[in-house]
Amino acid sequence: MMPLFDFPGGIHPPENKAQSSATPIRQAPLPPQLHVALRQSMGNAARPCVAIGDRVAKGQLIASADGRLSAAVHAPTSGVVSAIAPQPFAHPSGLPELAITLDSDGEERWIERQPLHDWQQRSGAKIRDFLAQMGIVGLGGAVFPSHLKLGLKLGVSPLETLVINGAECEPYISCDDRLMRERADAICDGIAVTRHALQARQVLIGIEDNKPQAIAAMQAAAAAHGFGVVAVPTKYPSGGAKQLIRILTGKAIPHGVRATEHGVQCFNVATVYAIGRAVLHGEPLISRIVTLTGAVEAAANVEALIGTPLDQLLALVRPHRDSHEVVMGGPLMGFTLPDLAAGLTKAGNCLLVKSPALFPPRPPAQACIRCGDCASACPVSLQPMDLFWFAKAKNFDKAQQWQLFDCIECGACSYVCPSQIPLVDYYRFAKSEIWAAERDKNAANLARQRHEFRQFRLQRDKAEKAQRLADKAAQAAARQAASHSAAANVAPASDPKQAAIAAAMARAAAQREAAPLPEQHSSGLNDAKQAAIAAAMARAAARKAAADEAKAASGQPPAPPPSSSGLDDAKQAAIAAAMARAAARKAAADQARANQQPDP
Amino acid sequence: MSQLLIAVALMLLLALLLGAILGYASVRFRVKADPLVDKIDAILPQTQCGQCSHPGCRPYAEALAAGSDDINKCPPGGEDGIRKLAELLGVEFKPFGADAPQPKAKAVALIDEATCIGCTLCIQACPVDAILGAAKQMHTVIASECTGCELCLAPCPVDCIRMIPPGSELTNWKWRYPTIPIRNVSSGATR
Ligand code: SF4
Ligand code: SF4
Ligand code: SF4
Ligand code: SF4
Repeated sequence: MMPLFDFPGGIHPPENKAQSSATPIRQAPLPPQLHVALRQSMGNAARPCVAIGDRVAKGQLIASADGRLSAAVHAPTSGVVSAIAPQPFAHPSGLPELAITLDSDGEERWIERQPLHDWQQRSGAKIRDFLAQMGIVGLGGAVFPSHLKLGLKLGVSPLETLVINGAECEPYISCDDRLMRERADAICDGIAVTRHALQARQVLIGIEDNKPQAIAAMQAAAAAHGFGVVAVPTKYPSGGAKQLIRILTGKAIPHGVRATEHGVQCFNVATVYAIGRAVLHGEPLISRIVTLTGAVEAAANVEALIGTPLDQLLALVRPHRDSHEVVMGGPLMGFTLPDLAAGLTKAGNCLLVKSPALFPPRPPAQACIRCGDCASACPVSLQPMDLFWFAKAKNFDKAQQWQLFDCIECGACSYVCPSQIPLVDYYRFAKSEIWAAERDKNAANLARQRHEFRQFRLQRDKAEKAQRLADKAAQAAARQAASHSAAANVAPASDPKQAAIAAAMARAAAQREAAPLPEQHSSGLNDAKQAAIAAAMARAAARKAAADEAKAASGQPPAPPPSSSGLDDAKQAAIAAAMARAAARKAAADQARANQQPDP
Repeated sequence: MSQLLIAVALMLLLALLLGAILGYASVRFRVKADPLVDKIDAILPQTQCGQCSHPGCRPYAEALAAGSDDINKCPPGGEDGIRKLAELLGVEFKPFGADAPQPKAKAVALIDEATCIGCTLCIQACPVDAILGAAKQMHTVIASECTGCELCLAPCPVDCIRMIPPGSELTNWKWRYPTIPIRNVSSGATR
């Protein structure tokens, strides 16, 4: 028996899992129409790669990942793409999101599946790329793309412990429980792949001790692989990744640090199951198991295709007549669904139907009495009452100082608060305000950069124009001088000299013209910009010298194009300045040589 | 006596040495730009709209640093901005003047591309180069770069630019401030 550790705080809400965990996983019927949202992970929404009217096979890629945090999306069934348009989306905002609407043809015709049979010979990088194509994301709720968790630079290499999260601590939810009971072998296959990809030394599967059947099934399946199955004490939120890592390994992962840096990585059981299906069977992530529970006639776990309209799923379990809202996720961390026409997403682990009888409305919030119950319930050892105070007063700097972003929004504090304050709502509000301020700040910085660059560009244009005029004047003067000297029969050797004098005078005039400009706006431009201006002027001067001594200045490098991105200005300006300086020096030297040669 | 002299000499030496180091450091590590202007400029919203009657945010920041202007002149910054300026400059909060421009919701410019005649006047007006186009070509606004300064509206000879509120998306959606839902109790409250 390995020693277990404990995390601070935690609560013991009524479990209410028996309603849904009693019956086996059912297959949800194939819906006639699916709305597959393109935003199936953190990060950008995927980019559709099919057109309206296309006939697609089950498992075919219909939208490819757009950026690092994005995940690919596949057709959950065979059929015809009938629309690519904004549809209701399972998100607290109620804002519609772009989705691919698929009219199923009922054939369930698979695309040719290409499993990675020789995964044992493949490197972690290869498996990672494969999973990225398969659209695998974390199914525990955060929908973080799984390949990124495999790809993170390992701090301790090879990884010490791979933690498999089967805790499923939130009340009402039982999809992982049923999955472990019924498909333990497939889960262990997925774990084996994951372990291979990470080169993990040991595997620990943490399951709360309120799921004895799941523990038994997993023990039986894991024995052959040598994975450890650990029954952890039932306490919410033991299923938080950091909390479970703490329980199993005793390691407290600080905020902003990746678990891999401490030699640990954590995957949800449903995620490793999906990894196994992808690698061993070539099936992309197109379905998941959902718990349908709460105020319903027959709570159940169903395996449903991604994109199945949620109201059709709910119809399977017959919600009570007095049900008034549906929550996606559990009672503590879930959010109320604004529109049930939305399609199931990869994040949808549970649909919890609420009725006033089962979930009496929360009494109105009273003032905080600073009882400290929330602080002793918080699994991250925060001071929720202070965070609440700062969030309420919109004192966001202070809230951040008090580690607002360590809050995992577990809801333990709201649960215990005797004053019934919806604490988590305040934290979510504060967090999104801080993010918005961050976005504004970035936008302002961008605007500042662009404005400064524009100012620089205007001056540069002005200086170049002045230089062009001066060039013309110099040329005219040189021509005049040439004709003059020819007429007066002066020695031809003085020609270039006179031209050089005229050029120098023109240069001086141009400098006089251009010189006040940088001073005038010097406050608005930093040194780099000024250097760039100087460089542009030097370039122009060098060009001029080159024109005067066309044959001597053949080695002048082409002037680099002005940088259009404000970011690299400093660097580019420095390079440009150096190049211009060198060119000017070379031209001057050549000129001097050219002037010297005729003399003796 | 000699001990006293040694002590005095030592102190003198030390003072000279430290003075030299400090003097060198003050030359070597001189802060070139005026840090106050930078700090003020960091608070200003960089809309570059000129409503403060300065040709951009930086000049306003300079005026504020020099104490030659009031802190309540920047409508895009909102009252929040005034509050931050007041805090930074150690002066009293001052609301927007009654007849001065008032803050309004952020918007981005949109060019009606069918009407645009490609005169490039708006390009020349835009302080952040957020408009893309060329002579006699249709112009368009790069929405993500537009600060909403409205400077492009006036020069347009065919009035084809208008300001639209930025679209509400998941990426910029915010949780609401938690409020207590109001319930209708009129039927029960009459008793
Ligand atoms: S539990 Fe509620 S009342 Fe008690 S200190 Fe926390 S916020 Fe205040
Ligand atoms: S919601 Fe946040 S503050 Fe409240 S108990 Fe959970 S982690 Fe702590
Ligand atoms: S009023 Fe406009 S130009 Fe002046 S500081 Fe504010 S945003 Fe900048
Ligand atoms: S496009 Fe118009 S409103 Fe937007 S920043 Fe440019 S000038 Fe201002």
